Amino acid sequence: MSLRKFISNKTIAALAVIVTVFANTSAFAQEAAAGAAATAAKPIDMFPIYKSVAFYTLLFLLVCLFIAIIGKALTVYELTREAQDKPEGINWNTINAVLFILFLIVGLGGVYFEYTVHGSMILPEAASEHGKKIDQMFNITLILTTIVFIGTHIVLFVFSYIYKHSGKRKAYYYPHNNALERIWTIVPALVLTVLVLMGFLTWRSIFYKIEDPNNKPLSIEITSQQFSWTIRYPGADGVVGLKNYKLITGTNGLGMDFNDKNNLDDQMAEEMVIPVNKPVRLILTSKDVLHSFYMPHFRVQLNTVPGMTSYFEFTPTITTADMQAKVNDPAFKFLFLCSKICGSGHYNMQKVVRVVSQAEYDAWIAEQPLIINNDLRKEFNLPLVADPASGATPAAPADSTATAGKDSSAVAMNKPALKK
Amino acid sequence: MSTITLHDTHNNDHHDGHDHGHHKETFITKYIFSQDHKMIAKQFLITGIVMAVIAMGLSILFRLQLAWPDKSFPILETFLGKWAEGGRIKPDFYLALVTIHGTIMVFFVLTAGLSGTFSNLLIPLQLGVRDMASPFMNMLSYWLFFVACVIMMASFFIETGPASAGWTVYPPLSAIPKAISGSAMGMTLWLVSMVLFVASQLMGGINYISTVLNMRTKGMDLWKMPLTIWAFFLTAILGVLSFPVLVAGVVLLIFDRSFGTSFYLSDIVMGTQVLPNEGGSPILWQHLFWFLGHPEVYIVIMPALGISSEVISVNSRKPIFGYHAMVYSLIGITVLSFIVWGHHMFVTGMNPLLGGVFMITTLIIAVPSAVKTFNYLATLWRGNIRFTPAMLCAIGMVSFFISGGLTGIFLGNASLDINLHDTYFVVAHFHLVMGSAAIFGMLAGVYHWFPKMFGRMMNAKLGYLHFWLTFICAYLVFFPLHFLGLDGVPRRYYAFTEFEFMQKWVTVNVFVTWAAIVAALAQVAFLFNFFYSIFKGKKATQNPWESNTLEWTTPVEHIHGNWPGEIPTVHRWPYDYSKPGAEEDFIPQTVPYSQTMHSNMPHDFEGNAESERIQREWDAANGIVREQH
Repeated sequence: MSLRKFISNKTIAALAVIVTVFANTSAFAQEAAAGAAATAAKPIDMFPIYKSVAFYTLLFLLVCLFIAIIGKALTVYELTREAQDKPEGINWNTINAVLFILFLIVGLGGVYFEYTVHGSMILPEAASEHGKKIDQMFNITLILTTIVFIGTHIVLFVFSYIYKHSGKRKAYYYPHNNALERIWTIVPALVLTVLVLMGFLTWRSIFYKIEDPNNKPLSIEITSQQFSWTIRYPGADGVVGLKNYKLITGTNGLGMDFNDKNNLDDQMAEEMVIPVNKPVRLILTSKDVLHSFYMPHFRVQLNTVPGMTSYFEFTPTITTADMQAKVNDPAFKFLFLCSKICGSGHYNMQKVVRVVSQAEYDAWIAEQPLIINNDLRKEFNLPLVADPASGATPAAPADSTATAGKDSSAVAMNKPALKK
Repeated sequence: MSTITLHDTHNNDHHDGHDHGHHKETFITKYIFSQDHKMIAKQFLITGIVMAVIAMGLSILFRLQLAWPDKSFPILETFLGKWAEGGRIKPDFYLALVTIHGTIMVFFVLTAGLSGTFSNLLIPLQLGVRDMASPFMNMLSYWLFFVACVIMMASFFIETGPASAGWTVYPPLSAIPKAISGSAMGMTLWLVSMVLFVASQLMGGINYISTVLNMRTKGMDLWKMPLTIWAFFLTAILGVLSFPVLVAGVVLLIFDRSFGTSFYLSDIVMGTQVLPNEGGSPILWQHLFWFLGHPEVYIVIMPALGISSEVISVNSRKPIFGYHAMVYSLIGITVLSFIVWGHHMFVTGMNPLLGGVFMITTLIIAVPSAVKTFNYLATLWRGNIRFTPAMLCAIGMVSFFISGGLTGIFLGNASLDINLHDTYFVVAHFHLVMGSAAIFGMLAGVYHWFPKMFGRMMNAKLGYLHFWLTFICAYLVFFPLHFLGLDGVPRRYYAFTEFEFMQKWVTVNVFVTWAAIVAALAQVAFLFNFFYSIFKGKKATQNPWESNTLEWTTPVEHIHGNWPGEIPTVHRWPYDYSKPGAEEDFIPQTVPYSQTMHSNMPHDFEGNAESERIQREWDAANGIVREQH
């Protein structure tokens, strides 16, 4: 085999390099640049697009050529120095060491910029009781880690600079120091113990709640499906009724079992409205795939799992109106959204959350339609109600068509997804 | 210990390549179905690099979408066809891109490309072994990996597209083709590819473990092994113990998808169609997946830590600080990594009691990681640092390991994780600590052992250019992403256009995308350097970095069996750099203490009374007063 010959063949070698390099990396990157330049109108004439791709490819090749020329010049310079028996012209070791120091200084500036500029764009203060504890712990962790982050990086880059190679010096043979190693095992261990304890206690306080008989939580059931949420309120009895996925039909989107009395007064809502300072117990379920119920402003997140019900209890402490004043944005809205990949519509699964006073809540909930209607009553062999409004909560408007209209719209909300 | 045998392995450059009675090698046995560990290492490396370039390309594609969600890039349609109709990437394909990007990077590049390359190359060479325990299995390992890569890439060419349920492929999304188009044929290919991949890793891992345990050269006891070998060895143990669990999970998922079982599925209604599955739990998959998945991130990072230890020590011309602590912290990470998987599941609805337990174990694992970091810093202290490209990458690795590791303290804390889970904070965290740090460890390895692999040197100046561009851009890409996460922006969002509060981050996305593009272009410097130097690089000397370890005692020209004569005997640990009293600033492992009477230290003799006596007598005869270290 003349393989060696084959490999040493310069043309093939160069070709292999070019093919690998440009077939892969640059092609993609050029698309970026080219595409950015060519926001073409329809119908798309591809010629100018190819032209701009070619232009950017050439531009990149030009940059490569430029770098290659600099490289060659440096090589020539160094070879001349060598030929003249002069010391090495460029001390790359020093250059790299200096670059590390520059990187440190610019990097520290960058970190400061990030902390102040981007750091001011993050979520406002927590709007829930446990969220305040989480924020507090976050701040403590942030301070500790920032100190370590800055400190170790200063040490790393300053050592790199100070101890750069020198022909005059020999490195210090220092294989170990048990005392030192013990210190930097024990200190992080202690700090972490504190953090663990704090985290553990907070975690327990979030998930193991002792119910206050005078302030019973409001149960709200959230059901996720591709790509929407259904919010169910428990009605006057305060209990969200039973449901069974096998009962799900076009009209009974949640699969509620209306033989269960608790279901008869359950209400559907288009947005989540909750009274301030009253505990809310979320009952989270999913119809199809995994989703994650995420309410960032309240520091609430829990996955919704098909076949399993999960619970999260929290107490909102700031009303939407107060928050709008705090962040100085009259358009501000609390939201919940999906944060577990669930399919092509994952990026748009949101509902508005409104935190209001108890009085506002009472007024709002009275207006929400019942889920049950005569179609469902027929399905479950329940006695039909002549006037649907009479079955509704007392405060509901007597206008039966309005209620029925709302009712069917609540069901219709599921329809687009049902078609899938 | 004061052996006087001398092996003339140093300047033994002559060989004829066939002195072991091997039959003549053909192109196929030498380059394709090779059983030589050095060639297999190169195969792993080049396949890994090709896969890395592909995965990087995919990341640029979805970065484009994130930065300019409203713009159309007609050129994309030329390449991607219906996946980018009208020049705009479709949401399904976006998810496929992030899924395959993650899968390739985690499994094919940072597991196979990293461990496969350097375990194969260095375990025999640094331990004084002629080849792996089972060269044939080693060959199979590579070819299974290769087939896994091909199958994974093939999924881009099927009608329903590649798997797109995220690299963690959580069912039911991954189990039900109706839920997302990628869960049809693409997911099947993903699963098949993964089974082959795991088989490949197991073959490799068993080989590494048996080679390390059984075949070390004379004198190479475990505590004389370089930290690279310790890292590869423990990585292999992790892989062998955890990968089978992934296969178990994958097989169950295949059953659910193809044979109607309900391991992971229950109570599912697609639209109004009620699926028949009952009694399964999607959480089971998460347990099985993360039982591998968490050790997996240490499978990714430990070889990088091992490589950095070696590179930092060699180029600081100093022994690695706290060799024993380094080993014990690796062992600690290995053991602990098996009991922390639940921290990926704090908010899955898993019993909150478990959340508390996993938080404790997770934060404990930060301690050995901290020890390693401080030991690296102590190694640099009063060193005599040579900034080779490998050293730059190793320092970069330490920097990323710190930056990314610290944010792990947030995420490991179950209470904080509630609000950070599945946001960009997580993306930023693991791209720094596992992505960038491991890639930089790998690059350090490539730059450092390139002369060993190809007998030539890489261009240092191009190496500097590549390092600095990549190092800076990696920070520019990943640092701002933390703040998106702190604002509650979830990951795997196709566009930020639907949410008012996310729109302020679009400009940040544009910046990040440009940084990513520059970083991607910077890799051209590496790729050119790599492939050009294979053929045209400056010829390497036998020990270009003046290193102590055994691989540099082999001839530059590769031969089957590594050493032309007898395998060298090892007399000392691998980190005798700048030892006081020694003439050179390095003493290779093969040099017996009897030849370095000037530089020997009391603890070198490990309590061997005879050797200590000989040394004392020699000291007395030469009038040397030795400081007690």
